[in-house]
Amino acid sequence: MALAIKDNNQLYISNFESLEKSLNGEAKSWVHQLRQDALNKFDELGFPTTRNEEWKYTNVTPIAQENFKHVLKPDLNAVTSNDVKRFEYPGLDTHLLVFVDGHFAGQLSSVRDLPDGVKAGSLADALRSDAAPLQQHLGKYAPYQDDAFTALSTAFIIDGAYIYLPQNALVEKPIHLLFLSSSHDEPFVSYPRNLIVAGKHSKATVIETYAGLNNNRYFTNNVTEAFVDENAYVEHYKIQEESSEAYHVSTTQVYQKANSNFVSNAVTFGGLIVRNNPRAILDAEGLESTLNGLYLGTGKQLIDNHTTIDHAKPHCNSHELYKGVLDGNARGVFNGKIFVRLDAQKTDAKQTNQALLLSDDASIDTKPQLEIFADDVKCTHGATIGQLDEDAMFYLQTRGIEKEMARNILTYAFASDVINHMNIKELRDYCHHRLLVKLQQDRLEGIDQE
Amino acid sequence: MSNSTEKEQLQAEVTQEEKKIHKAKKKVTEKDTLEALGNREYKWGFYTDIEQEYAAPGLNEDVVRFISMKKKEPEWMLEWRLRAFRNWQKMKEPTWVNVKYPPIDYQSQRYYAAPKTDDDRPKSLDEVDPELIKTYEKLGIPLEEQKMLAGVAVDAVFDSVSVATTFKEKLAEEGIIFCSMSEAVHNHPDLVKKYLGSVVPYNDNFFAALNSAVFSDGSFVYVPKGVRCPMELSTYFRINSENTGQFERTLIVAEDSSYVSYLEGCTAPKRDTHQLHAAVVELVALDNAEIKYSTVQNWYPGDKDGKGGIYNFVTKRGKCAGVNSKISWTQVETGSAITWKYPSVVLQGDNSIGEFYSVALTMNHQQADTGTKMIHLGNNTKSTIVSKGIAGGVSQNSYRGLVKVMKKAKNARNFSQCDSLLLGDRCGAHTFPYVEVNNTSSQVEHEATTSKIGEDQIFYLNQRGISTEDAVSIIVNGFAKEVFRELPMEFAVEAQKLLGVSLEGSVG
Repeated sequence: MALAIKDNNQLYISNFESLEKSLNGEAKSWVHQLRQDALNKFDELGFPTTRNEEWKYTNVTPIAQENFKHVLKPDLNAVTSNDVKRFEYPGLDTHLLVFVDGHFAGQLSSVRDLPDGVKAGSLADALRSDAAPLQQHLGKYAPYQDDAFTALSTAFIIDGAYIYLPQNALVEKPIHLLFLSSSHDEPFVSYPRNLIVAGKHSKATVIETYAGLNNNRYFTNNVTEAFVDENAYVEHYKIQEESSEAYHVSTTQVYQKANSNFVSNAVTFGGLIVRNNPRAILDAEGLESTLNGLYLGTGKQLIDNHTTIDHAKPHCNSHELYKGVLDGNARGVFNGKIFVRLDAQKTDAKQTNQALLLSDDASIDTKPQLEIFADDVKCTHGATIGQLDEDAMFYLQTRGIEKEMARNILTYAFASDVINHMNIKELRDYCHHRLLVKLQQDRLEGIDQE
Repeated sequence: MSNSTEKEQLQAEVTQEEKKIHKAKKKVTEKDTLEALGNREYKWGFYTDIEQEYAAPGLNEDVVRFISMKKKEPEWMLEWRLRAFRNWQKMKEPTWVNVKYPPIDYQSQRYYAAPKTDDDRPKSLDEVDPELIKTYEKLGIPLEEQKMLAGVAVDAVFDSVSVATTFKEKLAEEGIIFCSMSEAVHNHPDLVKKYLGSVVPYNDNFFAALNSAVFSDGSFVYVPKGVRCPMELSTYFRINSENTGQFERTLIVAEDSSYVSYLEGCTAPKRDTHQLHAAVVELVALDNAEIKYSTVQNWYPGDKDGKGGIYNFVTKRGKCAGVNSKISWTQVETGSAITWKYPSVVLQGDNSIGEFYSVALTMNHQQADTGTKMIHLGNNTKSTIVSKGIAGGVSQNSYRGLVKVMKKAKNARNFSQCDSLLLGDRCGAHTFPYVEVNNTSSQVEHEATTSKIGEDQIFYLNQRGISTEDAVSIIVNGFAKEVFRELPMEFAVEAQKLLGVSLEGSVG
């Protein structure tokens, strides 16, 4: 077995050429140079196979072999405000930015009353009007040199969200980025690219939601870069509701400066093959980073979370809590890397990952990984895999609660641990609700087999 | 002696001790001690000059045939070696491991060296070359003494051929076979044919294939049904001649309801060029049988600049083939420039148990990538992993382990704990635990921590009049205690001493 699949490279190269044609004259800009370099890298790397240690448990052959169409101009009329409403969080007032197949849809979005100097809009617009400040950040944090998917995504940087917070800016309402995938006759791919730049002492909450409008096949290859400057605070949510046929590969790369705080909560419900790479580089002293996650896999889903926390400087804390619930034939993968570089003394890193298997056909492969090069550190990780507690099940049943219900109550409690860490009540309610609905859906489908 | 003189003497002794302690406290800060650790000499570095019979350097089919001929092996054994060799030629050296070393030239190694006494094997200790006996004495393995005092039967391997095998008669009474592999090939071909390669096939991995092709010698143990081996069986391995890779092959078979405890320990003389060591150990436990395998590994680790030292690439695997069987690995790894080994257990029989207890200490430029694999196949199988890594100097210490629960292994249970202790700010500790679970009735837990010796701990012990160096030693020993507890008594003492020596600095 080869280390890479390159069967479809030509397709992506020709897609790139049509992108180039649509650019008129922009082809000499630094952005395009970045795209070109990334494409060359992708061409060299090819899609990884399971021989690649980073992809040992996740076979991406279906993605590598599908002929995805690249949507250069989406049909914005295909999406109505009712479609958008489906994926808004009830009761939550946000600055809403809607993207359709990777492109900004202004008429569906509503951004009002942003504080002075704060920008929240389309990356494509920003690149057209005000590209210079972007050059400092775009593509600087998410390395594509040894990651084929990031390389591919970088080669097709077209649109996505650009959020800029100047010094001392405070955005009270969450900024909601809603990425919708519409329907096309054939499978298609989009490359939403987001850049968040949080200036010194700024504060904001960003919610990314990925959703499919129909049950069709498509591929979302997303990269989000976040630069969090000194003393800034960014709360980040990623709620993934892709269609059950969709492929979703996503990298969230965070670069933090001194005394900043970044909190990430990633919840995965949808997608057929899902790979999330939340990565944080802690490159200054006294900062705090949190990566939390919850995934619920049913049916034939494969959900892979590869987190990386890189302690490059002393006196930083990181926390990680990942929980997974796997039912049906679902497969889960968790790989949590913690690096503590030479001289990153007084690091405190804590990682916990737990998985709950609800069906004998479900499976989990987990690999917490510590690589430590400094001596005065506190690093712990714990991983558990198990089933529902028989005693607890029995207890609930003696109280007259049906087995199905008891099972849901316990699963709910297991997952609540992560959900309760979220600061936004509306998101907590939504996740709790979705958790139960999804569990029941799957059971109803599988109930005849029991 | 009168009371007063006794008192005076005691007092004098006490004052002297106090002075010593005071001096130590004054002179030695913690940092000094840790730095001093790097300067320790390899205590057992010496070289015995004995005429050897070499195979020409290099590896090809002729060499394999030569080894087989030298050992007067039957045709089927040669065939097996050749099959392994042909497979090895097609294999590539693995690169996933977290250690770095210059490429090994397999063609510059010698694959066979035997003491001259090969033709005329000694029947008892008296007939053994006195040079050899001296070597063992320096190593602290007085064969005669052990025979009488410790009740340990020793099958000592000097480079490639077993020189002295003791206690055979006593074991024979119980029906236990304990002999060298070459003897077993001649005297018990049916057993060897049946079990050799049954746990580690000749094409298992690069180094196992190499070993299968050119294995020199090793131990063979067979414990018949219902027999509890009355003593700890032990082999001391020793690498002696330069540029001779040593390729032991050990096979232990425990029949139904039997029990055996096996000890393996090694030291090697000081050498400048790297020496390759690729052993294979296979254990088979049938219904209700139990095998306990303990290792103290202290090959030459290279000097403090990382020059020289042994490459220790070992494949160790046990198979709990029968129901209620149990295999337990305990290892104390302090030596070798590079250690790369994963004593594993395949839990095939229902209710079988696998255990792995490990202490790995790396200092200076040593690199260790060690851990275990627990493969759960049978119902109600249990495994426990306790790994303690200690890293100092500029060494790299990795734990790499796999816990795999197959779909049919109902109610499997695993607990893993791997802790690392860092003794400096230039060393690295890494953990790579892989957990793969494929059913709902299993429970798997994994825990890992990394820490350094607390300043408050050192301070506390200093305050009680214990020198910093002793304090470090005490704390490290406490850290590793959980594993030492699993060792047989004689070995536990040796292991503790070894750890002390390995940590030894220059406190006056």
